[in-house]
Amino acid sequence: MAISGAANGPNWIKRTENSPDTIASSVIADPLETSFDVIKEGRLIRHIVGLPSLLLHPTMALCEWSQGNERTPIVTNDSDHIVTESAARIFADLADPQTINRLDNGAWKAPFWQALSDAGLPLAWVPERLGGAGATLAEGFAVLGVAGRFAVAVPLAETLLAGWLLTRAGVAAPNGSMTIAPSRPSDRIIFDNDGTLSGSVIGIPFAAEAQHIAVLAHGEEGVVVALVAASDCTICEGRTLAGDPSNIVRFQRVKPLRYARAPLGLDYTALMLMGSVSRSVQTAGALESILSLSVSYANERVAFERPIGKFQAVQHNLARLAGETAIALAASGSAASTIGQSDSFDETEFFEGASAKIRCAEAATDGAAIAHQVFGAIGFTKEHILHRFTLRILAWRDDFGSESYWAAELGRHVAQEGADEFWPMVASR
Amino acid sequence: MSRKLQFDQIRLPPECDALRQEVRAFLADEIAQGTFDPHRPGHGDSHDRTFSKRIGAKGWIGMTWSKKYGGHERSFLERYVVTEEFRVANAPVRSHFVADRQSGPILLKYAPEHVKVNILPRICRGELCFVIGMSEPGSGSDLFAVKTKATKVDKGWRINGSKIWTSNAHIADYMIALFRTSPPTNENRRHGLTQFLVDMKTRGIKVNPIYHMSGQHDFNEVVFEDVFVPDDHVLGEIDGAWKQATSELAYERSGPERFLETFYLMLELIRAVGSEPDTRSAEGLGRLVAQLHTLRRMSVSVAGMLQAGKEPVVEAAIVKDLGTIWEQNLPNRVRELTAFVPPEIANRVTLEEQLAFATTIAPKLTIQGGTTEILRGIIARGLGLR
Repeated sequence: MAISGAANGPNWIKRTENSPDTIASSVIADPLETSFDVIKEGRLIRHIVGLPSLLLHPTMALCEWSQGNERTPIVTNDSDHIVTESAARIFADLADPQTINRLDNGAWKAPFWQALSDAGLPLAWVPERLGGAGATLAEGFAVLGVAGRFAVAVPLAETLLAGWLLTRAGVAAPNGSMTIAPSRPSDRIIFDNDGTLSGSVIGIPFAAEAQHIAVLAHGEEGVVVALVAASDCTICEGRTLAGDPSNIVRFQRVKPLRYARAPLGLDYTALMLMGSVSRSVQTAGALESILSLSVSYANERVAFERPIGKFQAVQHNLARLAGETAIALAASGSAASTIGQSDSFDETEFFEGASAKIRCAEAATDGAAIAHQVFGAIGFTKEHILHRFTLRILAWRDDFGSESYWAAELGRHVAQEGADEFWPMVASR
Repeated sequence: MSRKLQFDQIRLPPECDALRQEVRAFLADEIAQGTFDPHRPGHGDSHDRTFSKRIGAKGWIGMTWSKKYGGHERSFLERYVVTEEFRVANAPVRSHFVADRQSGPILLKYAPEHVKVNILPRICRGELCFVIGMSEPGSGSDLFAVKTKATKVDKGWRINGSKIWTSNAHIADYMIALFRTSPPTNENRRHGLTQFLVDMKTRGIKVNPIYHMSGQHDFNEVVFEDVFVPDDHVLGEIDGAWKQATSELAYERSGPERFLETFYLMLELIRAVGSEPDTRSAEGLGRLVAQLHTLRRMSVSVAGMLQAGKEPVVEAAIVKDLGTIWEQNLPNRVRELTAFVPPEIANRVTLEEQLAFATTIAPKLTIQGGTTEILRGIIARGLGLR
């Protein structure tokens, strides 16, 4: 049946089976129900296989499908993906880079986070039985790609990762924003015999804003995953290049809210790879926007009596920027699809994940420089939005292992395996 | 921006694995028999026609073509596997590769039936070598400046003029050439060019060698003096070749041969730095590995999109732009990364020989098949500029 409830007209979402009378909340009773017909003006316009809690929140249904909505879809991927389209709609409505760049305060953050939470996005990687949306890894990565396109400045990726880390160890994820520690490959937190956590870690993204921290710690009996209240830790002031919180966090005999032994294979490398692929996907999304902004600007900005996009020197710079964007999309997409189809972190995941972080970070370096060259002086002003993208992709290079770190790791691995094993490794992907 | 860049996450299907093993076994056998040395690019006979015939007998030429014309009706992705394995092994494929990649597909599309039946099966058997006749002394990247003239005569055309930078013309059986059949019009300077199939044994054709600075004989000048080409050797529309040229380019631009040309240096680099490299070598190697892997993922993706009937023209141009710059720069990177490796390392001689060879052939990589500048123009147009 068609669902009613929109203020300005009918809704068009119909469940194929077990249709409830109304959809009143973001949590759907039957988690197995994952197939939908979207009906507009009496006509089936598409059949969707996806996640109920991500799909059927009424505000999202309204945004996405309200009658007479002439806005062009922001996501134009071939894969007609309602999860990312819905995410894009929330980003566009409540975290539009142009709008929030004009505001000098964080007043936009609370309603934005609320909308994300209502849509089930921050806990997308938490299974339904543990209170999340139970999205696939691929769906979560797709959302992060869109978040990158909007240079989203809230701990969405961090909360996704925290939810993933906690629930892989069977620890229930709380509501609200989270971050993860450590976020640098060499940092370690110790889990003592008395059940407390100790250690100092640097560069924890959004630690100063997050309510909870998901921690991977070393214990005497192996690796432990713990949930910690951020207020129980000492969090030092710190910011990334882009002005987002990035903090030193000190754990001084902090008692976790809950914890569990990490399952086999969930170790520091797995966390760093998962974080790296997330940052890579975000970087690729941001580069897509940087490319799009740069091309538009080159077509509009007139100098020497013509749009600067008519000059071959500028065209070639933009073609290079397209190349860097393509690299980031291909490398991050390859790694995300690999990890999305796998349940472990082995050689293949390492090869793909490390490559993605290396290439996306390199693309960030070169892509940001080219974009700023295209924009000239206005591009490095505070009032222009370009920095929201360029400074974030430059900052993300350092999270979960820099390109130098992963390159050295990957190089050592390839050297260890030897020349004869090299091509088979590349060709297997 | 007119559209988004798209790289579908294509993985080679499982049937490619068995094929890959078969190709590797074949190549290992040929290496054991001394057909070629994988460590010595540019040595020996790079246009070994008997080798091409053995490859043809395996069914690895014209793989995607109809069985009616001697092809094997396999997928582009299977052809991709064969192409990359041959490149990585440094196997001599010059004799048949142009026909397999470019000339055959053009004939399939535009040649009359009796010509297809005559020529395509011979390509598939590895018997024929093709040359591309595009550039002229006054017409390189600017193809529409082609002046070599085809004049209508009874039952055919008479050709006068010359082509230059023609790879393999001295060993080729046929040329697919672009000649001027009408002057360009004011409205369309691309008008007036026609594609022809030319038998290289025709009277009036003279081939003069032009040596590369590497010492290789690849280039030639081909002079046409009253060369007769019959009517049934016209390929496609008279005066309308410009419409035919662009659609094929995605195939030509995005293949593994566009970033694997200097691949042997990667293997020699790994041997040189040893199993426990210092941080500098490890990081440098790791970056190259990630770059190569990403290029290949992009290239496979374009092959898969072509197989699916899409037209990833911009993506293909990006793959060639990035791929050729990468393979061109590889000798420089490898030279830097091995700068502190002790000279007594066993592979040093091989490495230096390879570096010398790669360095001398490197400049051509960003020229052949569409220069970097032309590619970036195509990409810019695809982005909605120009």
